[in-house]
Amino acid sequence: MGLKRGHRARPAEWLTEKLIFAVSLSAILTIVLIFLFIGKEALPVALGRVNSARAQEVIPVAQMETMSPAELQRYLELTPEQYEQMDGETLRTLMELKVEIAGSVSDNKDARVNTASWRHLLLPHQWEGYSEPEYIWQPVSEIHKFNIVPLIVGSLKITLVALVFAVPLSLLAAIYVSQLARPRLREVVKPVIELLAGIPSVVLGFFGLVVLATVVQRLFGTESRLNAFVAGIALGFSVIPVVFSIAEDALTSVPRNYVQAALALGASQWRAAWQVVVPAAVPGLFAAVALGFGRAIGETMIVLMASGNASILSWDLFDSARTITATIAAELGEVVIGSPHYRILFLIGVLLFAVTFITNLAADVVMHRLKERMEGRR
Amino acid sequence: MQAGESIPVRPFRAARFDWQSFFGRGATGVATLLIVAILAVILGNIILHGAGSVSWRFVTTGTAADMFDAGKAGIFPMIFGTTARVLLMTILVMPVGVLTAIYLTEYARLHSPFTRLVRGAVNNLAGVPSIVFGLFGAGFFVQFLGQHMDAVIHGQQAATVWGKPALVWASATLAVMTLPVVIVATEEALRAIPQGLREASLALGATKLQTIFKVVFPQALPGIMTGAILAISRAAGEVAPILFTGAAYYMADLPGSLHDQFMDLGYHVFILSTQSPDVRRTEPLLYATVFVLLVLTFSLNIAAIFVRASIRRKMRMLH
Repeated sequence: MGLKRGHRARPAEWLTEKLIFAVSLSAILTIVLIFLFIGKEALPVALGRVNSARAQEVIPVAQMETMSPAELQRYLELTPEQYEQMDGETLRTLMELKVEIAGSVSDNKDARVNTASWRHLLLPHQWEGYSEPEYIWQPVSEIHKFNIVPLIVGSLKITLVALVFAVPLSLLAAIYVSQLARPRLREVVKPVIELLAGIPSVVLGFFGLVVLATVVQRLFGTESRLNAFVAGIALGFSVIPVVFSIAEDALTSVPRNYVQAALALGASQWRAAWQVVVPAAVPGLFAAVALGFGRAIGETMIVLMASGNASILSWDLFDSARTITATIAAELGEVVIGSPHYRILFLIGVLLFAVTFITNLAADVVMHRLKERMEGRR
Repeated sequence: MQAGESIPVRPFRAARFDWQSFFGRGATGVATLLIVAILAVILGNIILHGAGSVSWRFVTTGTAADMFDAGKAGIFPMIFGTTARVLLMTILVMPVGVLTAIYLTEYARLHSPFTRLVRGAVNNLAGVPSIVFGLFGAGFFVQFLGQHMDAVIHGQQAATVWGKPALVWASATLAVMTLPVVIVATEEALRAIPQGLREASLALGATKLQTIFKVVFPQALPGIMTGAILAISRAAGEVAPILFTGAAYYMADLPGSLHDQFMDLGYHVFILSTQSPDVRRTEPLLYATVFVLLVLTFSLNIAAIFVRASIRRKMRMLH
């Protein structure tokens, strides 16, 4: 009987260690699952396999007997639960309703348009009753219009306001706290600013809606009380702590002897900070801004509550605006699961996830490089 | 030139006032002050209007009479719902987060590509928008997992027990969302423990696993607690991820099981501020609810700051 090694010596420990390894894959697994499961719901739209035209092939009521339950459920756009609760009589009525709708909208030339195709998701279209081609998001009107451009513009507009407001403020404060403030002051100010991150976004949304909107309207005399500007400023409140703490970390990670060398050459404290530390930390500051952008474009409750949510295409800051996130939050609860509208909401979710994923990745790579440089491994 | 009159001496070089420093310091200082002022205004406004409306009756009764009437409505069911979902989330997220952090600090090589990948995934997860987690929870937990559980448990009768928004799915969604918070905090706690402690344990003949669970883990416990507190405070105020995974507009009863829906404090703030038929009548109620939510999340945050500070002091003495 020789010495046992590896998993034979202590099978329980070997197993536990393998388990720990397996669990450590959870973060990677989650990212993959998010992609898979949001992508899965959006895929039919992305591939153009969804037809949302109002006047579709109508199946005569008489043919109802020959259809399988699954076919019937899909045809009537019902969820499985809804289908379960209905008796034959109700289903027949729904079939008749379907024929009726097809009859009533067939005089609208848009009724045959597949509004869920890429062309209509992205390009303007001259809808009946409009004088020119327009970008319109109206998923619950008679003709379901799914143009996502107004939502993208709304998201970008509000994010821009938030960044213009929050980034300079947070970067300057980060320079002050990390380089200029006395240590005692710093120990107090830093946690206080980070406390801002602890305010739930629904509270910031509430603040924007109840307090900020009134103040802004009084100052600028805006037409709509809730608009992109109000939402942008409220959103800025949630961006400040993100940009501040990452920028502050990046500035603090610059080795102390850089500053000491500058001071020894006769530079003032400010010049050492501005001309030595800041240039050295530029990648970190870039990452801070990138993550701030990711935070701003992905924030939901603040914009849902303070932006007014009108899906009109406009770059005017004082117009009401509707973002991608707010659209998902407001509409997903009411759509029929599996319908074109449902799938398009997941599609804009994928878009949002992709944008933040790339932003985060870029920030992560930049931060990693910076860290290596500061630790002298490059 | 008369005697006694001194020759005017020009200074060697006039020390000019450093305008750049002056403005630089000024601008950065003002920016810092402004941020602190913003925080003070927000908190001040909420405390001023909210603290007065909070009463014992308010936090212990339900909303049966009228949801939007400040005189009658209470928020006990919402406090209960938020507490329940957050506790359940903690139970779900802590084991996964802590084990991942243990792998990253104790087993993985510091700069291997695999470690980079895991760490990249963790950082990325931290930046995923909360509404995307909501979509994920609806698509994966509710639609996929829940409906498959129904199919397995109830066969083809298609009774919907799990395949709908529920407390457990909301908690699971939040657990996924707070995973990075727990991992990062635990990693920090584990790295703060001196290498010598591990070496001493190994030298006495303990195996690596014994060292981790009997020496390293107990030492890191306060830091791990910080992670849990931070995760809870982050999750307590989140609304977007639970919109489609479990939160209910109104429920007559408290949730009795994992597959019930629940009322939530943050979601209630949203409802009160956007759905009220009479804004003026609802406002005191709204402020009071916001105040309670803020007290809840802030006390957790401040607790985390203190625990963390005390750990750092202790660690400085150990090193």
